[in-house]
Amino acid sequence: MKTPLRELWTGFRSLLTGMRVTLTQFFKPPVTVPYPYATLPIPERYRGHIELVRDPETGMSLCVACKSCEKACPSGCIVVEGIKREGDKKKSPTVFTVDFTRCSLCGSCVEVCPTEALRFSRRYNLAGTDREAYFLDLLKRLQAQAASTPTPATKA
Amino acid sequence: MTLPEPYRLAAFVLGALAFVGLNAAYLVWVERKGAARFQRRPGPTEVGPEGLLQPIADAIKLLSKQVIVPPGADALLFRLAPAVVMAPALMTFAVLPFGAHLTARPMSVGLLLAVAFGSINVMAILLGGWASRNKYAIISAARVVSQNVAYEIPLLLVVITLLMITGTLDLSEIVRQQAGGFWRWNVFKLWVNPLMPVTFVIFFICLLAETNRAPFDMAEAESELVAGAFTEYAGMGFGVFFMAEYANIVVGCALATALFLGGWQSPFGIGSGVGWFLLKLYLLIFTVVWIRWTFPRTQFYGLLNLSWKILIPISLGTLGLTSVLLKFIRP
Amino acid sequence: MSTSAALADAARAAARAEGRETFVLNLGPQHPATHGVLRLKLTMDGEYIARAEPVCGYIHRMHEKMGENRTWAQFLPNTSRIDYLSAMHYTHAYVAAVERAAQLEVPRRAEFVRVITSELNRISSHLVWFGAFLLDLGGFTPLLYAFDDREKILDLLERITGARLTYCYYRFGGLYNDVDAEFLRGARDFVRYLRPRLDMYRELVTENIIFRKRLEGIGVADAELCRRYGATGPVLRGAGVAYDVRRAEPYAVYPELDFKIPTHPRGDSLARYLVRMEEMEQSLRIIEQALDLIPEGPFRSKVPKVLKLPPGDTCFAVEAARGRFMVRIVSDGRDIPYRVKLRTPSFSNLSLFEEASRGMLLADALAFLGSLDLVIPDIDR
Repeated sequence: MKTPLRELWTGFRSLLTGMRVTLTQFFKPPVTVPYPYATLPIPERYRGHIELVRDPETGMSLCVACKSCEKACPSGCIVVEGIKREGDKKKSPTVFTVDFTRCSLCGSCVEVCPTEALRFSRRYNLAGTDREAYFLDLLKRLQAQAASTPTPATKA
Repeated sequence: MTLPEPYRLAAFVLGALAFVGLNAAYLVWVERKGAARFQRRPGPTEVGPEGLLQPIADAIKLLSKQVIVPPGADALLFRLAPAVVMAPALMTFAVLPFGAHLTARPMSVGLLLAVAFGSINVMAILLGGWASRNKYAIISAARVVSQNVAYEIPLLLVVITLLMITGTLDLSEIVRQQAGGFWRWNVFKLWVNPLMPVTFVIFFICLLAETNRAPFDMAEAESELVAGAFTEYAGMGFGVFFMAEYANIVVGCALATALFLGGWQSPFGIGSGVGWFLLKLYLLIFTVVWIRWTFPRTQFYGLLNLSWKILIPISLGTLGLTSVLLKFIRP
Repeated sequence: MSTSAALADAARAAARAEGRETFVLNLGPQHPATHGVLRLKLTMDGEYIARAEPVCGYIHRMHEKMGENRTWAQFLPNTSRIDYLSAMHYTHAYVAAVERAAQLEVPRRAEFVRVITSELNRISSHLVWFGAFLLDLGGFTPLLYAFDDREKILDLLERITGARLTYCYYRFGGLYNDVDAEFLRGARDFVRYLRPRLDMYRELVTENIIFRKRLEGIGVADAELCRRYGATGPVLRGAGVAYDVRRAEPYAVYPELDFKIPTHPRGDSLARYLVRMEEMEQSLRIIEQALDLIPEGPFRSKVPKVLKLPPGDTCFAVEAARGRFMVRIVSDGRDIPYRVKLRTPSFSNLSLFEEASRGMLLADALAFLGSLDLVIPDIDR
C-alpha cells in the first residue's frame, strides 16, 4: 500500500516541478528578436553571395579573369570572361556573373582566387518574385558600389 | 430588481452569447500570449496593441473561408456536429452562478444540468469525426468516446461526494453555503473530509480530460492524428469547434469555482461579489493554459489507466470516507 | 492485377476470415510527426500497427552520384547537406577520408578545432532532436527552450564559419579559416551556460511522470536487433552496447580526451532519450578539455592545388550525432572520385522500425519513431 502511494506522490510532485520550471520562465523576458524591427548583427565572416573587391588604388576590380573560380565552383554558377586591354599588364573581366539560384554558398571561389578579388557580400534578406533577380552581374554591382562610395582614386 | 420574464430571458441570452463569444475570442489571445510567455516569446504583437485585435482578425479570416464538406462525408452530420458541440456549452451558462443574483436561471437541479450538458460535446466530436470520412478523424472519435466515458465516472463520483456535503443540486445554494472566508470553501472543508483537496485535484484532472485539453488532448493530438476529429473541418466549422473548446473550459472552470472555491465568496468573508468569481475563474483558466504548455501528452491507455486504476478508486475512497465521516462525526 | 496486389488481397481476406480486419493508414510524406518527407504505410488493426512499411526516396538527391562527377574539393558542400543537423561530422568524415587516402597531415590546432566544432554541432543536433521529440509527444514548450540554446551554438559557429547550418568548414588538411579568441571564449561561456539548462530539462522533462510513462518499455530495440539492422549511435548505446566510433576507431584528437560513452541497457525509448541527454553532458566535457588543450599554430597544411588521389579504396568513419557515418571513396587516380559511398546512420536506424513496431499502438510507434532521431535527407541522401 505504501509504495503505490509514494509512487503516486512522486509522480504528482514531478508534475508540480515541471510547472514551477515553466512558471519561472514565464516571468523572464522574451529571448526573441522582433525581426523586421530589429536585426541581429551580421558576423564578419557571413557568407552571402559573392561580390567583387575593389582595388583601393584604382577603384577597379582586382580580378584578373583567370577563371579559377569558374573551375572551382561545384555548381558551375560563375561565368567569367576577360580580355587584356591595351597597356594593361593583366587581364581584366568583361563579364562576371553569378547564377545565385544554383549557388550553394560554399565559398570555394573566394578561397581559390589568387588575387583576393572576391569576397562574400553581407546581403541576407534576399527575396524576389522572379528568377532573373538572382542572375547577378557582379561588375555592375561593383560599379554601383563605386558610385555610392568613392575611393580616394576616383575622388582624385 | 428582477426583470419581467421575456426581457430577462433576452438579456441573459445576449449576455451569455457575448460572454461566450468574447471569452472564446480572448481566451485564444490569452492562450497564445500565455504560451508565448512560457516559451519566452512575445506572442502576437502585430494586429492592434499587444496583438489585442488578433482574435478579431482570426474570426474574420475563419468566417470568410469556404466551408468545405469533403466528398464522401456525411454532409448532414458533418454540418450538424459544430452546432451540437456549441449548443450544450451555451446552455450550461444558464445555470452558472456568477454572483449572488447573477444567474440566468437559478435551478434547483443546476449542477445536474451542467454535468448532463457537459457530456454532450463528446457526441459532437464523435459525430464530426465519424462524418468526416477520414481515418485519422475516426481514430480520434473513438478515442474521445472511451476517454470521456472513463473520466465521466470519477468526475461524477467527486460530484456525488460534494453533493453529500452540500445536500443540494442548486449551484447558487452550494456557493451560499461556502460563505464566510476561505476556510469555509469546500476545497478546505477538512473536517468533513480530510481528502477534500485531493477531490479537487481529481475534479480538475477530469475537467481537463473532459474538455480534451492537454495533456489529455487525445482527440486533437496534432503530432499523431494531424488534427483528429477536426482534420477535415475548414473555416468556421473549425472555428466553432475551437470556440466550443474554450466555452467548455470556461464552463468547467466556473463549475470548479462554484463547487470548490466558493464561487463569488470573498476569501476573507467580506466584500463578496462577481469580481471574486471572475478572478477565481480566470486563475483556474490560467492554470489550464499553464498545464497545457508544460506537459507532454499522455498515452492513450495511460490516460485510461489513470482513470480506472487511480482516479476511480481514490474518488470512491473519498466518497466512502465522506459518507462515514458525515454519518458519525457530524450529528 | 499484379502479384503483390493479389497477395495483399489474399492477406486481407485471411485477416477478415479471422475476424481481424485491417486498414491502411498513410502516415506521411506530409505528416507532423515524420519531420520531413518520410512516408510510413501503416497496416492498422484498430489502433494497433500490424505492419509499418517505411517508404523513402521523397528527398533523394543523388549525393553519391554527384560525387562521381565533380572534383574531390567540389563535393565538400554536399557533405553539409546530407544530414543538415550534423553537418560538421559529415564534412569531417569526408575530409578525413580524403586526407587518409592522400596522406595529408592535419595541424594539431585544426584537429582540436574540428573536435570543438563537431561537439558543438552534436549538442545542437541533440537539442533539435530533444525539442522535436517532445513535440512528437505533444509538449511544445521544451522545443522553444532547446532552440533558444541551439541559437547560441549557431551564433558561435556562424561567427567562425559564416553559415548557420551548412557550415562547409573543414578543408583537406585543415580548416577553412582559423578560430579567434572570441570564439574560444564564447565556447567556454556556452559550456557554463548549458549545464544549468540541462538541469532544467531534467526537471521539466526527464523526471516528468507523463513523459516517463510514455517512454518506459516503448519500442524496445535490443542489441541483437540493432546488430541485425546495423543500427548505431544512441540507438545502439541505448541497447546497452558501448559502441562509439570515437573510441572504437579513434580519429582526430579524441584519444587524448577523457569522456564516457553513456549506455543504458534497456533499449527502450527512454534509454535512447537518456543516452542522448548524457551525450550532451559528455560533449560539454570534451569541449572544455579541448579548449584547455588547443595549441597555437597553423590551421591548414599545404595541399596541392589540383588534388589527385592515388588509386585505391579508402574508408573513414566518424561518430555523427545519429550514429556511425562512414565515407568510402574509391579513386582511379584522376582528380574526380570513381565512387563515393555514404553509409548514413539514419537509414539503418529506420530499418529496424518495421520489425520493432509490430503490434505497437499508433501513439507509441510515433514516440518510438521520434526516439530514433531520424533526419529524412540522411535516409534518402
